[in-house]
Amino acid sequence: MRMCDPPGSLERDPNVNFAYLDERTKRMIRRALLKAVCIPGHQVAFGSREMPLPYGWGTGGIQVTASILGPRDVLKVIDQGSDDTVNAVNIRRFFQRTAGVAVTTDTTRADIIQTRHRIPETPLREGQILVFQVPAPEPMQRLEPRQSETRKMHGLAEYGLMHVKLYEDIAHYGHIATTYDYPVLVNNRYVMSPSPIPKFDNPKLNMSPALQLFGAGREKRIYAVPPYTAVTSLAFDDHPFEVQRWESGCALCGSRASFLDEVLTDDHGGRMFVCSDSDYCTSRQGADVRSVISDGG
Amino acid sequence: MAADSATPLLCARALRRLYGRIVALEEVSFELWPGEILAIVGESGSGKSTLLHVLAGQLEPDEGEVLFDLPGRGLQDIYRLCEGERRTLARTDWGFVHQHAVDGLRMHVSAGANVVERQMALGERHYGRLRRLALDWLQHVELDPARIDDAPVIFSGGMRQRLQIARNLVTLPRLVFLDEPTSGLDVSVQARLLDLLRRLTRELGLAVVLVTHDLAVARLLAHRTMVMQLGRVVESGLTDQLLDDPVHPYTQLLVSSVLPP
Repeated sequence: MRMCDPPGSLERDPNVNFAYLDERTKRMIRRALLKAVCIPGHQVAFGSREMPLPYGWGTGGIQVTASILGPRDVLKVIDQGSDDTVNAVNIRRFFQRTAGVAVTTDTTRADIIQTRHRIPETPLREGQILVFQVPAPEPMQRLEPRQSETRKMHGLAEYGLMHVKLYEDIAHYGHIATTYDYPVLVNNRYVMSPSPIPKFDNPKLNMSPALQLFGAGREKRIYAVPPYTAVTSLAFDDHPFEVQRWESGCALCGSRASFLDEVLTDDHGGRMFVCSDSDYCTSRQGADVRSVISDGG
Repeated sequence: MAADSATPLLCARALRRLYGRIVALEEVSFELWPGEILAIVGESGSGKSTLLHVLAGQLEPDEGEVLFDLPGRGLQDIYRLCEGERRTLARTDWGFVHQHAVDGLRMHVSAGANVVERQMALGERHYGRLRRLALDWLQHVELDPARIDDAPVIFSGGMRQRLQIARNLVTLPRLVFLDEPTSGLDVSVQARLLDLLRRLTRELGLAVVLVTHDLAVARLLAHRTMVMQLGRVVESGLTDQLLDDPVHPYTQLLVSSVLPP
């Protein structure tokens, strides 16, 4: 139940171009990516294509991955930290069929990791690329719906508005209640939406050795955080940025350093907290524990 | 007030603005001194709103220039500044109170955040200080401090206008543009808002450009009044003098059109 399709079980479809998109489209997207890397945190418009999956399922991320994927790359796809949820399984199969690339669930072995909602717990290394699926690239959109205006505000670095949102949180809840998609300042210049990752993952964005690429298919925007770039989470002096904490460790692997999901175990209020990063959790448990999970579930 | 200063605060020179073939502004020139309140009156379509937007840096004139006394730099044409400078000026040294509060407020953001947004834009990052500042300003404009966390969508028209004033004055600007601040309010609320404006302008030594079609508002607030017709200034002078002894036929018509209660 935890394992996905073993690599190579799917045949590469010879009737589609490598990684589905045509070469000119991939080149166009790579140009946008290069520009994005040059201006960390800046949203670059690109000609987003219609993909064979609905908006909101990762059309932006999948186009970025398709554009940078090489035949010898090893791909990992996660959704909410897990390798075996519907979104992750389908995007992984998509690239197995269209590109015939090797896939893995092992974070350390992957060259490209496409992700939705999480950054892996295992620290990334140089040479790896993390591709985020982004539903709403504009961090100020909720408070300022005019795109002409938000672009101008980015251009002039007028970011007072971002603190209005944080002020509202403290005024209404007594603390900054934003827990995911927590706005960050990239390279001390552009305010950026880190996509809906929990704010627990925000510190991992900072000075990461890996290249981080963000694709928003519906909104037609690409942005990037190059390796070793400063990424700070916005906050007030007297209400500093904090990440979530849990009272106990993971029920399966005992980790106290990872992001935990609450899982209901029965209809009588039984619950447990387990790592959301399935690869991290299994590797910590060792092979023998895997049978216990499937028996005891 | 502040009559000792040697340069005017705001200076309009031969402003001209066309909308296609329609002349909205023609040959408008005047000077505004620190602490002075200038009313611009005229009927609908006389160009007074166009003039206000041109002065406030929102609408570039076809000809002429708008000069503002920048600290340490003297009189500068605001349309020669880069856009970033102009926007910073507009949210620090200037205020703009819209006729409809909906245009000037974030309607779904709490009153407190509305008031201190400009301070956050200027880089204030201490929540406690911002909160105290917001409470202070709510009291200055006679709003109940207990409403600090309510959004202006649930405020009355008069309260919204007060909130808009607080939001603009929080940076202690030297110049405020008021676009028909009291129209659309009932008369008792109007009277209290005018009292408030009179008190604040005096306490803070604000220079004000006030656009109104209500001559009574001009008489109550303004030191000086300009009368506009078809894009031109037809008469200007001390408010009392101008209203008591109008010279231009159009001003005479305006003054005589006011209905006595």
